[in-house]
Parts: sequence; C-alpha cells; structure tokens
Amino acid sequence: MEVWMKIQMYFQNNLSEYLVCVREHLVISLLSFLVAACIGIPFGYLCVTNKKTEKYVMGFFQILRIIPSLAILILLIPVMGVGVKPAMTALVILAIPPVLMNTAAGFSEVPEFMIETAAGLGMTGKQIFWKVRFPQALPMILAGMKTALVEIIASAAIAAKIGAGGLGGIIMTGLSLNRTDLLLIGGISVALMSLAAGLLFYQAEKIILKYKYV
Amino acid sequence: MLQKNSMTPSNKEIEDKETVIEFRNVSKHFPGSRFAAVNRLNLKIREGEFITILGSSGCGKTTLLKLVNRLYEPDEGEILLFGEPIHKKNPVELRRGIGYVIQQIGLFPHMTIEENVAVVPNLLKWEKKKVANRVDELLSLVGLDPDEYKKRYPSQLSGGQQQRVGLARALAVEPKIMLLDEPFGALDAITRTVLQEELVKIHQGLQKTFLFVTHDINEAIKLGSRVIVMNEGRILQFATPKEIVQNPKDPFVEQLIRSAREQEKLWEELL
Repeated sequence: MEVWMKIQMYFQNNLSEYLVCVREHLVISLLSFLVAACIGIPFGYLCVTNKKTEKYVMGFFQILRIIPSLAILILLIPVMGVGVKPAMTALVILAIPPVLMNTAAGFSEVPEFMIETAAGLGMTGKQIFWKVRFPQALPMILAGMKTALVEIIASAAIAAKIGAGGLGGIIMTGLSLNRTDLLLIGGISVALMSLAAGLLFYQAEKIILKYKYV
Repeated sequence: MLQKNSMTPSNKEIEDKETVIEFRNVSKHFPGSRFAAVNRLNLKIREGEFITILGSSGCGKTTLLKLVNRLYEPDEGEILLFGEPIHKKNPVELRRGIGYVIQQIGLFPHMTIEENVAVVPNLLKWEKKKVANRVDELLSLVGLDPDEYKKRYPSQLSGGQQQRVGLARALAVEPKIMLLDEPFGALDAITRTVLQEELVKIHQGLQKTFLFVTHDINEAIKLGSRVIVMNEGRILQFATPKEIVQNPKDPFVEQLIRSAREQEKLWEELL
C-alpha cells in the first residue's frame, strides 16, 4: 500500500520529469531501431545474393551479439566516451542480427519457380525485386524488425548507465536509493512500452500484409 | 471417352501456314548431366498449331520450352520466332509477347486475382480502364465470374481455379505464342479433364500457337494437333497423334503407346 502511495506521489511531483525520460527512451530506441534496420535489411539481402559474403556477415554479427550489451557499453567508453552515441551503438549491434537473419531467410524462401514465372511474364530484374521478391520476403522482414524493436526498448534501460538518459535513469536511481516505487515505475514503463511496440507492429502487419489475414 | 482436338490438320494444311517457331540445330547441355537436355534439335512449328511435347521427366521437354522464352540460352544453334533470331531481341520484350504457364502456377500471393491478371498490362502501362476491362474479359474467358473472384487472393481459390487465373494472366496481352509446362499436372482427374476441354476451346477461339509440355500420353494425344515425342534430349517423332499411334517410328514411342494400351485394357477388364 505504501508503495502505491509513493508511486502516486511520484507522478504528482515529477510528471514532467517522467515524461522527459519516456521521450528520451523512445528517441534512443527508435533511432537505434532505424539504424539497425538500415544496416540489417541490405546486409541480409546481400547474404542471399552472395553466398560467400553470407558466412562472414552472419558470423560477424553473431559474434557481436554474443557479447553482452553491458560489456559493449563499457568497451565503447574509451572510444566514444559516454552519452547517447555509445548507448545507441550497443543497441544497434544488439538489434541487427534479428533483422539481418530474418531478411536473409525471407528472401531465400521465395520459391525459384515464382521468380522464374515473374521473369517469364516479362519483368525486368528490378521489377522482379520490387513486385515479387521484396513483397514476399516482407512478412519475415517485419517479424525480424518487431523482435529488434522489442529487444531495443527493453535493453535501452541500460543506456542510463552511461548517462544517455531514458527510463533506465529512474531504475538506476531506484537501485541506488533502494526505492521500490522507482524500480516499479521504471520497470513497468519499459515493459509496457515494449508491449505497445509489439502490438503496434501487429496492427501494421494486418494492414501491410492484408493477404495473410483473409 | 477421349474427345479429340478436332483441329487435326492434314500435312498440306500445315505446310501452308507461316512458321512461328523454328529451332535450328539447337543444343543445351547442363553441366554434370550425362546427355544434353536438348541435342541438336531441328524443328518447325506453324501458326495456330497446338503442339504437345511428350516425354518422361528429365527428357528435355521443359528445357525446350524455356529455350523459347530465353529462360535458358542454347549452347549451340539458334531459335527463330516469326523468322527472327530470338538471341538478338531483348529478353524482357520477347517474354511479354509469349504467354507462360507452369505446373506450380506461380500466382503472386500478395496480389489479388485482379492484380495478378493485370501484371503484364500494368508493366506495359496500359490505361486503368482498359486494364479493368481486360481483366473482366479474361476471367470470363477462363470461366471465373469477375465480380466474384477479382478481389480475392490466390490462397482463397482452389488449385483448378488458380490455374484458370494463371491461364488468364498468360493470355493478358494477346501473346501469339503460349508456353504451357504441365499446367494441369497437379490437378485432380476431373478438374484436369474440364480444364483440358476449355483449353482446347480457348485455343480454337484465339488462333494462337500453343506449346504444351506433358508426361501424360493421353493428354498429349487428346490435346495436340501434332505431338513431339522426346527422349534424352532428342525428338523421336514429330507427327499428328494419328500417325504416332498408327506408325510409331521408334521403339521408345512404341513402348509408350503399348503402356497406354495396357492401362486401357486394365479398365476394360474391370468393366
């Protein structure tokens, strides 16, 4: 009961501060997500078109992913210092593999006969890509992007560790002051945001991939 | 009973028509295979013919088809369409003038039936109104009610209906030549028979040249105005169904006919 009161108190006194944290968290997450998608999708496609690069690209990002995000953050401090930049870098590294692997899987699962039919109908290489291959890889790409965004939002909490702000800051304060109310506020907010991102993707898929829901 | 394609022409009639497709000493060999998929092939197909290509799997019949729309390039020889060598043409332009239907159908799952049929007209940037009219016309031609089906997606159609759409899509811009690679191979016997009969009707109505690949001797004989029998990359016999059945020129052809006859006997014994 006491905790509940304290949480209410917090929102009464610090609402604007809280909203700043939410905004920071969202901005860091979305920017990292966009960068991860911009790297992951083209490299994923490259893995399919060029089997030789596949081994190296996949291997490289897989190894990067094994390193815990926290370790990456600390390793990046000497190079990038503290703040938003190293935090985003760590999140991008975390989020590339799901996007990359799903993109590669999505493109390689387009059946050969479908591509041949498209060519047989008289599509140019470019048209085959945009009208047939990409739309058919899209469900997998979107699934990878969803995983990436949810992971990023959840992990962005650690960004506060190196002064990048966000909801992680509230959690850190809660930890150091031993305040359950702050831990709950930070933790639940992050969880809700992750959930909301997942739901948002689900709704978007329903519109973009209409043919899957008929 | 087998209902024959009534268009079986006499040799004289065939000679008089314009040559649409000509193979001159064409070979295609895939690395790692024992014999050439297509082995020094010479062939002339006239306008309006319904040619069926019969052979067992791996005999080169699909390769022959894909050489016509340049999905494969020959190692040797040349192929002429309406007297012009195809290797001098832009492959994309060439293919837009040739209808192509395959066993797996290959409808695009993310497009509605309407969008699938309209693929080539849209590539050619037809006017919207003209495309819409053409889609309705084509769906009616292949026996699907446009209003009922055009807004659906391929996954909402049965296999037979999907292949009707595949046929409509291939016919969209009035190609003079249609290539059909075992289009009914995956359909049940009843649907196949219905579609075979409709295909013959479409052929007679449109006066296009059809090249139809099949491994089913009954289908080849029923549909073809002339039949090509292939084995190991070579043409064993190229003649009207009647000639092939009455005078098989090769032990392999004879064997094919005998096996079909034996199947027939099995039916008669059961009756």
